[in-house]
Amino acid sequence: MDLQAILEAARAAVAAANTPAELDDVRVSFLGKKGQMTELLKGLGKLSAEERPQAGQAINVAKEEIQGLLNARRDTLMAAEMNARLEAERIDVSLPGTAVKPGNLHPVTQTIQRIEQYFGQLGFAVKEGPEVEDDFHNFDALNIPTNHPARADHDTFYFTPHTMLRTQTSGVQIRTMENEQPPLRIISPGRVYRNDYDQTHTPMFHQVEGLMVDTDVSFAELKGILHDFLHHFFEEDLEIRFRPSYFPFTEPSAEVDVRRKGGDWLEVLGCGMVHPNVLRAVNIDPEQYTGFAFGMGVERLTMIRYGVNDLRAFFENDVRFLKQFG
Amino acid sequence: MKFSEKWLRDWVNPALTSEQLAEQLSMAGLEVDGLEPVAGAFSGVVVGEVVTCGRHPDADKLQVTTVDVGTGELLDIVCGAPNCRAGLKVAVATVGAVLPGDFKIKKTKLRGHPSHGMLCSFSELGMGDDHDGIVELPTDAPVGTDLREWLDLDDVTVDVDLTPNRADCLGIRGLAREVGVLNNLDVNAPEVKSVAPSIRDTLAIELEAPEACPRYLGRIVKGVDVTAKTPLWMKEKLRRSGVRSIDPVVDITNYVLLELGHPMHAFDLAAIEGKVSVRYAHPDEKLTLLDGEEVSLQNDVLVIADAQKAMAIAGIFGGQDSGVTAATRDVFLESAFFSPAAITGKARRFGLHTDASHRYERGVDPELQRTAMERATQLLLEICGGDAGPITEAKSEDHIPTFTIVTLRASRLLKVLGAEIAPQQVTEILQRLGFSTKFSDEQWTVKVPAYRFDIAIEEDLIEEVARVYGYNNIASAAPLARLRMYRNSEAKVSLRTLQQRVLALGYQEVITYSFVDPKHQALLYPNHTALNLPHPISVDMSSMRLGLLPGLLTAAGYNQKRQQPAIRFFETGLRFTPNSDAENGILQEPVIGGVAVGSEVPEHWKLGNAAVDFYQVKGHVENLLAANGATNEYSFVASSNPALHPGQGADIYHNDRYVGFCGALHPQFDKTFGIKGRAFVWELSVEAISTRAIPRATSISRYPSIRRDIAFVVERSLAAGDVLNSIEKVGANHIVELHLFDVYQGDNLPSDKQSLAIALTLQAADRTLTDEDVNASVNQVVTALETEFNAVLRDS
Repeated sequence: MDLQAILEAARAAVAAANTPAELDDVRVSFLGKKGQMTELLKGLGKLSAEERPQAGQAINVAKEEIQGLLNARRDTLMAAEMNARLEAERIDVSLPGTAVKPGNLHPVTQTIQRIEQYFGQLGFAVKEGPEVEDDFHNFDALNIPTNHPARADHDTFYFTPHTMLRTQTSGVQIRTMENEQPPLRIISPGRVYRNDYDQTHTPMFHQVEGLMVDTDVSFAELKGILHDFLHHFFEEDLEIRFRPSYFPFTEPSAEVDVRRKGGDWLEVLGCGMVHPNVLRAVNIDPEQYTGFAFGMGVERLTMIRYGVNDLRAFFENDVRFLKQFG
Repeated sequence: MKFSEKWLRDWVNPALTSEQLAEQLSMAGLEVDGLEPVAGAFSGVVVGEVVTCGRHPDADKLQVTTVDVGTGELLDIVCGAPNCRAGLKVAVATVGAVLPGDFKIKKTKLRGHPSHGMLCSFSELGMGDDHDGIVELPTDAPVGTDLREWLDLDDVTVDVDLTPNRADCLGIRGLAREVGVLNNLDVNAPEVKSVAPSIRDTLAIELEAPEACPRYLGRIVKGVDVTAKTPLWMKEKLRRSGVRSIDPVVDITNYVLLELGHPMHAFDLAAIEGKVSVRYAHPDEKLTLLDGEEVSLQNDVLVIADAQKAMAIAGIFGGQDSGVTAATRDVFLESAFFSPAAITGKARRFGLHTDASHRYERGVDPELQRTAMERATQLLLEICGGDAGPITEAKSEDHIPTFTIVTLRASRLLKVLGAEIAPQQVTEILQRLGFSTKFSDEQWTVKVPAYRFDIAIEEDLIEEVARVYGYNNIASAAPLARLRMYRNSEAKVSLRTLQQRVLALGYQEVITYSFVDPKHQALLYPNHTALNLPHPISVDMSSMRLGLLPGLLTAAGYNQKRQQPAIRFFETGLRFTPNSDAENGILQEPVIGGVAVGSEVPEHWKLGNAAVDFYQVKGHVENLLAANGATNEYSFVASSNPALHPGQGADIYHNDRYVGFCGALHPQFDKTFGIKGRAFVWELSVEAISTRAIPRATSISRYPSIRRDIAFVVERSLAAGDVLNSIEKVGANHIVELHLFDVYQGDNLPSDKQSLAIALTLQAADRTLTDEDVNASVNQVVTALETEFNAVLRDS
């Protein structure tokens, strides 16, 4: 066969190969050791020295063309094969993933953690303490002696005349001051208990109390820190007022109300300057040191923040309610 | 306490609206809880007089009246009230009147008889819930006058929530004083005139406990008509102050209590034998109280007694036998000062809380007894008639509280408040409060009157100054403090880390009550005794939890009832274990626990909805335990925990220390908690799993590792964990990792056998291991297992 015919045959064969394997057969049949082009090259020896270079060159040109065709065809076939594979592997990416849906913290815990974060930035350490408490830490050391009318107001769950479920986390402040000297900056979150159960009271709820004792802590500073906290906590511009009140363990004492635009005043926390008797009870000299303390109801803050209107929902643990805070 | 705003304004009348006044009181520390109009919104109601009153010809229960409303023309009105009668002064809603609820009065016919108006009851006018017939006005009520105007009904009931320190405001007198201070106004106290005695009868009074009762005034009033009616003006003031009218004598003492803040008591003179003495009760002395209950007294309870017996618990509650009844003719009035120390706590001891005990516990003005006595006498004579004897006063001057001197340093005021208040202004505030004050050497010497029981130390004055100055006038300041770094141990795994891990595993946090149903607890923890609340909210909330299971399972059951298919809950908190060595006899340990029930995941197109199983939950627990980076120090051992399925429960040990458990809930408790399907539970001591070792880095071997798989046949009852532990204990050289990759029980093996396939990975730090090295180690393991467990190596 002459070169041109072989070239034509090769072109046709390459074009007709539909798989890489077929293409390889084409390559072997034209360019392989016994391929037609190879055979042609072998036949060069029969030609004269004058003819040989020209014929050799023609064969090489044809060989290169065939190799080029093979390469191009291979690329095409491989691309088609890849495309076919990819098409076969196509899936519906809109189907849900298989990862576990994470749970979320209870809204009360979330609020506690936010409070811890704000006061943590100011160097307040988190302290915790027992929930079954004795009357020294829950009452006496807080300037609430036996028979003080404030004791009756607490609706205490007593176990014995001297042990009870804590009615406030203030006992943690006492325990801290028993063991550490000023300067002190702590907050104490946790469960507290009152024997009261209706639409607006649950027998267990959460408080975060804070305490700062140093040489010159003042009421003006108490106002400053709580103003900052409330603005940061609610992340809105709300009115804040300090209303005189009475707690046996602070003096002066105040309740703090907030008002949103167009809303009513809502009481959110109680606070005051630590009563000298409380400092004395833990051997801190009230002449040298002053302090402020504050306490806030976590459920109440959570309700206002997220628009929860039934306190009891926090402890029913209906997962449909809880998931809203994820 | 509730009071009528108009009543207060009789004493002091600032130029403020009701709302402004309420705001001012609240901002002075006397928190106003509410303002309620004393009557409903109505108009067109006038005073009328029933001229004629006869039976309706066609209706048994109706009466046909003609009523004079001062227009010169009598109105025909049909009325159904049984107390309607000729001559009665009544409240007439005339045609065109609008009653509460926007009820318009029109001309109408009732059973054929025209009716041009309506005779009203108090409840129809929104004046209380008294609907026993129509209003009976006093005979001197001027016919034709607008009722609103005549009864001064544009008044408000103010509900003020007084803090325990402000006993001085438990009466109009004290409130008026406070309002006077806040508005810089003088108070016009109504004059209380002495009543001149018209008889000479007296009773001897003995103060046997003068420190508890240093002043006692008594007075006999004879010939009292206790059947007299309390006048409407008094009833109205009482009603507007939230007090129900009972009978004239009680009403009068209540009136004085509200007006002056001073409790009074009236005895039936006939019941008193010989004398009146104020003494402590004899041990076990009996007394039947006004409510009919007999109490046994202790010798620290102050009583009012006669020569024979206790008649009343002083300052708290009267006795039944000496009380005023419809048959009483002569009364003995008491007006006394009891010291708060003697009264405090006693009312509660007897389950009582009275208006008197409330005030005496907090402190009553020790100078007010005579005023109160004169006021009560005057009212009693006016309403019930009778003759008053002279006042007998027994007192022990030494024991009567007088003024207190308190010093206030300018420097302290500044230190505590952090605000500069001009000395002149401080002086003025103190003086307005009725404290006589001297300022010299940068300090105030303040004479505090006895009725301010709450003021004894410098801080009390600082609070008063700040309160009147206005908390909101004190500028806020940023706190100044020395920076102090808190220790934050890297070895401590925080609770937040543990929480994050369980959250990532799909657990939802719940918060359940720390007190649970004792029945549930007895089932789950039969070997423990819980701490119980003697006075719980309810029995099913009475037992302090011994662990988290009762709360978690209750929450799981609650949600399963609400069609929740895949439940995973966790909780953190204390468990309460009675322990005599612990503080207050109770061990309070933080724990973290969980429950998983229902499908493994919410139904999923790929994962299906297979039920969660033991190994998944164990995996959750292992994940949590890994927080301290020491997974291989934990072991899971078959548990005999009675709350768990006996074949699907594990106790968890950290080295040799018990740290918690995990497993299937014993199916016998499914019903108790309303659990559908198999629930898996776990609980771990937070403290026991939250210490981690600080990492010590070692170099990573650069040489290849070699894996060898070995399979053994062992007893089916053998725990795979024991086999793995045993291999670790052998300590064969170069084994850097081992894991179980297959457990086979079945056809090719006897039914009491199982095959365990274990992969050993070997590696050396300094060279490539040779076959000899590997074989030596593997053989060591094989020999150990053959010896220890009678294991038979399978051909591989």
